[in-house]
Amino acid sequence: MTTRTPWRRLALLTGLALMATACAGTTRSDVTQQTSAPAAPASSAAADPNAPIKQGLKIAFLPKQVNNPYFTIADEGGIAALKEVGGEGKEVGPSEASASSQVSYINTLTQQKQDAIVISANDPNAVVPALKQARAAGIKVVSYDSDTAPEGRDLFVNQASAEDLGRTEVQLLAEQIGFKGKIAILSATPNATNQNTWIEFMKDELSKPEYKDMELVKVAYGNDEDQKSFTETQGLLRSYPDLAGIISPTTVGIAAAARYLSSSPHKGKVKLTGLGTPNQLRKFVKDGTIEGFELWNPGDLGYLAGYAAAALASGQITGAEGEKFKAGKLGEYTIGPKGEILLGKPTVFTKDNIDDFDF
Amino acid sequence: MPREAAGGAAAPRDPAGRLIRRWEGLILVLLVTVTLWASAGVDGFANASNVSFLLLDTTEIALMALTMTLVVVAAEIDLSVASTLGLSCAVLGWLWNAGLAIELIMPICLLTGALCGAVNGVLVTRLGLPSLAVTIGTFALYRGLAYVILGDQAVADLPPAYTGLATQTFGPVPLATVLVAVLAALAATVLHATGLGRSIFALGANEEAAHFAGVRVKRIKFWLFVASGACAALASLVYTFRYASARADNGVGLELAVVAAVLLGGVSIFGGRGTLPGVLMAVLLLGVVRNALILADVANEVLNFVTGLLLVASVLAPNLGAIRRRRHLPTPSEGKSVP
Repeated sequence: MTTRTPWRRLALLTGLALMATACAGTTRSDVTQQTSAPAAPASSAAADPNAPIKQGLKIAFLPKQVNNPYFTIADEGGIAALKEVGGEGKEVGPSEASASSQVSYINTLTQQKQDAIVISANDPNAVVPALKQARAAGIKVVSYDSDTAPEGRDLFVNQASAEDLGRTEVQLLAEQIGFKGKIAILSATPNATNQNTWIEFMKDELSKPEYKDMELVKVAYGNDEDQKSFTETQGLLRSYPDLAGIISPTTVGIAAAARYLSSSPHKGKVKLTGLGTPNQLRKFVKDGTIEGFELWNPGDLGYLAGYAAAALASGQITGAEGEKFKAGKLGEYTIGPKGEILLGKPTVFTKDNIDDFDF
Repeated sequence: MPREAAGGAAAPRDPAGRLIRRWEGLILVLLVTVTLWASAGVDGFANASNVSFLLLDTTEIALMALTMTLVVVAAEIDLSVASTLGLSCAVLGWLWNAGLAIELIMPICLLTGALCGAVNGVLVTRLGLPSLAVTIGTFALYRGLAYVILGDQAVADLPPAYTGLATQTFGPVPLATVLVAVLAALAATVLHATGLGRSIFALGANEEAAHFAGVRVKRIKFWLFVASGACAALASLVYTFRYASARADNGVGLELAVVAAVLLGGVSIFGGRGTLPGVLMAVLLLGVVRNALILADVANEVLNFVTGLLLVASVLAPNLGAIRRRRHLPTPSEGKSVP
């Protein structure tokens, strides 16, 4: 007892204090109970479908990062859309893809009193407080490419639905192999959410009668690593020498598979398709390794987001399900559930059109 | 005893001292000029909400710059601060998911930061390794650990009472800025008005001399690293609540902004010189320049270019003086250092 020092007493006190706060503290379950009620939409005004697009709208595109070819094309599409409706679009953003740097841009755009912000979120949650402030100041928010948490935006322009991507990849490969033969899938990781959803739709598509002569023999996983994907492709062809085609719904996988096939005797005989970018696969399309692959057109994505933002800022739409608006050359779009607009079917890239795209 | 050491080291350094004071004067003039220019010429700069955005955006950098100033004055550096911030965020997210109360998690985060600093401190003082190498190592180590703990998930369902607090403002002044001001006053008092502060200057100027004068060099350095880690963890709490998002990659790259502000504020990278007011003005200057240029729609590349230019100037200017003096007349201090 006599050895008790002030230090020990301090430690004891701290411990007690911590326990006390732990008992009375805020835990995760408290918060989930409090916030389970959905946030009400910010705009209460009714949409006027006949309202003209306002002239001189100022709309800013805030990509994940600037000087990224994919976003440069998307934002050029958006700026072109704004020009068509007599408004002014601009692209601003951080040079590194981080959530916090996007927030300071949102804050400055709020200061500049832009009519709308079109954003691809680096972190769906971190940008929300700033976006809420922007919306409170009367600025419309459209997310594109990567959505924010729903309370941060009025609309989300979705580049492609999981169902479209899954089904069209099967259709694309089926046409290339004449609806006949063994096929395999080279995916990312076994628990990759996106890929697994797409693969479910691929399997569903394959169960239709027109694909009765096609057989899915294996789903291989390249873990989105170049080397592993390369080796997995090699393994697939060793195990199934009569393989007719491979679908790789990941940009890393398709590039690695193309690299393997182009240097193997299977080149041109085993068909390869999936999701990729033109710059990455141009060489393999030209040398005949790949007949066609698909991805959404980023220019159209930005263009549609630009029109959606203009329609919102003009009061034509409010972001409610079922509202319609016109998006220039892309035609009319209807807002789906949860404030989402679907861009449409992905674009197929072949040797005939691949040189029109640079991203 | 530390009093004597500091006095002895400062006397022959008077010309350098004057240059430093001039440098801080220059930063102040620059800060005022840029602020006036932006208020007059940039739309949306001079209003309460922008001022609070601007101040909020500098919070984490300012917090970490406080202890970084002390560390650099002591002729060491801590490049692991942003990774410590990330690790603390990851710990916060992990424990929150595990169902612990946020009031308990916060002190655990601070302890985590202090522990990170203690590891740096032990490696530097007990094993005698250079802090540049040690903290480059722990820079990768702590960030890696953050990813091990939280992976690539984001924890966002944090209590609104606390996330609201992080963005709370009194007029244009955010609550977080009040926190910075209080801690800045504390750090400035320690550095400029206590025996401990004089010891830090003394050991930064000449570690050996300070040691022989009775300054407990290793102990002071150790605790400076601990303070640096704890401050990074405090910054992580502000960061997490401000963005309502705890992620392993929170604050990537912030260490460079912190070191930049410290150097621009006139702290010598070789230790022994510098003031806290100078560093705080530099943090503000970098924040104002950034905010005004973004508002004026200046492209991000130009922004980085301007920041870089300010930095090179800040490192070059004090040394230019030293180089010129060295060329023209061998200074008495140089004569002394050669036995």
